[in-house]
Amino acid sequence: MSCFKSKYTDELIANAAYIGTPGKGILAADESTGTIGKRLASINVENVETNRRALRELLFTTPGALQYLSGVILYEETLYQKTAAGKPFVELLKEGGVLPGIKVDKGTVELAGTNGETTTIGLDGLGDRCKKYYEAGARFAKWRAVLKISANEPSELAIHENAYGLARYAVICQENGLVPIVEPEILVDGSHDIEKCAYVTERVLAACYKALNDHHVILEGTLLKPNMVTPGSDSAKVAPEVIAEHTVRALQRTVPAAVPAIVFLSGGQSEEEATVNLNAMNQLKGKKPWSLTFSYGRALQQSTLKTWAGKEENVEKAQAAFLARARANSEATLGGYKGDANLVDGASESLHVKDYKY
Amino acid sequence: MSAFVGKYADELIKTAKYIATPGKGILAADESTGTIGKRLASINVENIESNRQSLRELLFTSPGALSYISGVILFEETLYQKTSDGKPFVDVLEENGVIPGIKVDKGVVELAGTNGETTTQGLDSLGQRCQQYYKAGARFAKWRAVLKIGPTEPSELSIQENAKGLARYAIICQENGLVPIVEPEVLTDGNHDIKKCAAVTETVLAAVYKALNDHHVLLEGTLLKPNMVTPGSDSPKVGPEVIAEYTVAALRRTVPPAVPGVVFLSGGQSEEEATLNLDAMNKLEVLKPWTLSFSFGRALQQSTLKTWAGKKENVTKAQATFLVRCKANSDATIGKYAGGGAGTGSAASESLFEKGYKY
Repeated sequence: MSCFKSKYTDELIANAAYIGTPGKGILAADESTGTIGKRLASINVENVETNRRALRELLFTTPGALQYLSGVILYEETLYQKTAAGKPFVELLKEGGVLPGIKVDKGTVELAGTNGETTTIGLDGLGDRCKKYYEAGARFAKWRAVLKISANEPSELAIHENAYGLARYAVICQENGLVPIVEPEILVDGSHDIEKCAYVTERVLAACYKALNDHHVILEGTLLKPNMVTPGSDSAKVAPEVIAEHTVRALQRTVPAAVPAIVFLSGGQSEEEATVNLNAMNQLKGKKPWSLTFSYGRALQQSTLKTWAGKEENVEKAQAAFLARARANSEATLGGYKGDANLVDGASESLHVKDYKY
Repeated sequence: MSAFVGKYADELIKTAKYIATPGKGILAADESTGTIGKRLASINVENIESNRQSLRELLFTSPGALSYISGVILFEETLYQKTSDGKPFVDVLEENGVIPGIKVDKGVVELAGTNGETTTQGLDSLGQRCQQYYKAGARFAKWRAVLKIGPTEPSELSIQENAKGLARYAIICQENGLVPIVEPEVLTDGNHDIKKCAAVTETVLAAVYKALNDHHVLLEGTLLKPNMVTPGSDSPKVGPEVIAEYTVAALRRTVPPAVPGVVFLSGGQSEEEATLNLDAMNKLEVLKPWTLSFSFGRALQQSTLKTWAGKKENVTKAQATFLVRCKANSDATIGKYAGGGAGTGSAASESLFEKGYKY
């Protein structure tokens, strides 16, 4: 084996496979304090710890929702929070069959000499932090690398730096019992067509898997969180079947079968778009040796957030909105979404923010 | 797409898929004049053109055998030869649903500064040669890169050079209508264990697929011809199930699902070993997004060669032997080999391993 021997190997493989269970997916609730502040601001809610806690409690205690989730990505603060009744979130999730995950990167910094391209930081002391998070109950991690498409981007440097950063993060996680979600996000910003996005996505993913192999990562104990292959945000939209075809083809050309699951990011897609596209992929005939599921943040929470508006009396209605999206995406992982999720106010709203910074 | 999609794209995809048809595989009959000379010498047959032609005619006209074969790799001389009745070999093959292929590399040369490691040559004028071969009826090509396992081998240089050579060869083939078989053979020579072979094979395959991506090769229009993952030739043998497990795991970790088929080389394995190992892989209950088949040379021809011994009166018996091996391997591609299709017995179990084997 070119991969290293970890005392956690069996556990990593089992957890990664579990996350890819058909019918389930990931809720990305790992917005940093700054980012969640913007969300709360959009519904006129103050960015204080109790409100951040209340929002996550709303999501995690939604009756019937946890069955559609195999994992939730948390921000560090949330990993240690409890429900109003005093139950640790981590316990609540575990009882609901949901693996707690943790965002471990520390954001991006610019690469000097490039046109605004970035690399992701957070490797220093990562091993120790992973150990701590494992003790606190986390079983998977996430690290977001970011690339962009334009005239001369992504550059070979940006691809290489981000791929090798992801690989180093991945093996450190595995040394410490956490399944690494490998996220090489290619931003949707731009006026390029879908073919260009496909080209770049294939190049980036090929570089990632070469880097993972170089670093002896156990692929069976990882997950991939890629962008879907779509036209740029300034280009004409295309049908879900077209997105599905280009996306699955790009994955067939680059992602080894040893990877148990691919958990898509939603980028700036609306809740409904993200569901419909995932559904189209699961309906597509062709070789798909990995499960195709979701790891959605905005595309799972947008309507819920608006419905809640920070008010206790709205919690039930907000939870119903969340349940509807969770169920819709669960159906999409089985190619059975009929487009009938109770479209709550905001479900079709594009969530694209130019040059979005987490 | 990162892939180059030229005028032959659809044809390449179709051809590659056909070659990977379950129940079929490739006969590697592309021994160079020098190499076939050694085979003929082993049965006391003179290495002259008519004998080389007779041997290949024996194989290509074996009743029933071609139904188990999707492609035959030929040496240049053979591409232009005919049966004794005057029918071009290429026509015989095509009429029986067998795609003609052509060896296009020009052998290996040593990499200076390494411990006897090599790179493969043949890129100069490759485009032109591919065009000629396409006109002559070839629809796929083969190029053999060679790596070895040693204390400091394979070196990073050797892996990079061979991977890049394969990628450059592959894209040139595709530009000219030939499906490239990508063959990065890691030799069995050595006393390493199966885990070492697995590690090296995975590292080599990862480098190969990165290089193919860099060179814009259309993976759906390629085939892979790897070694099976086994212990070194000087190490204790292991069972077919173990070989199957390590081999399939290595492929699952490195070969993208877009590749339609993996056609194993037999290396120094006996006819029976090669078949049993292939069968075990196809019996393995794990997800395999490419078909697993054979591209055997020695492991399809050994018994047949011995039975023929260069004598006309032995042709029918030799052809019957060849048919047995073809059917056995066909069964193995669908995990249905019952064992014992050993033809003439001892020859089928004879190891065909030669230290430092040079084609």
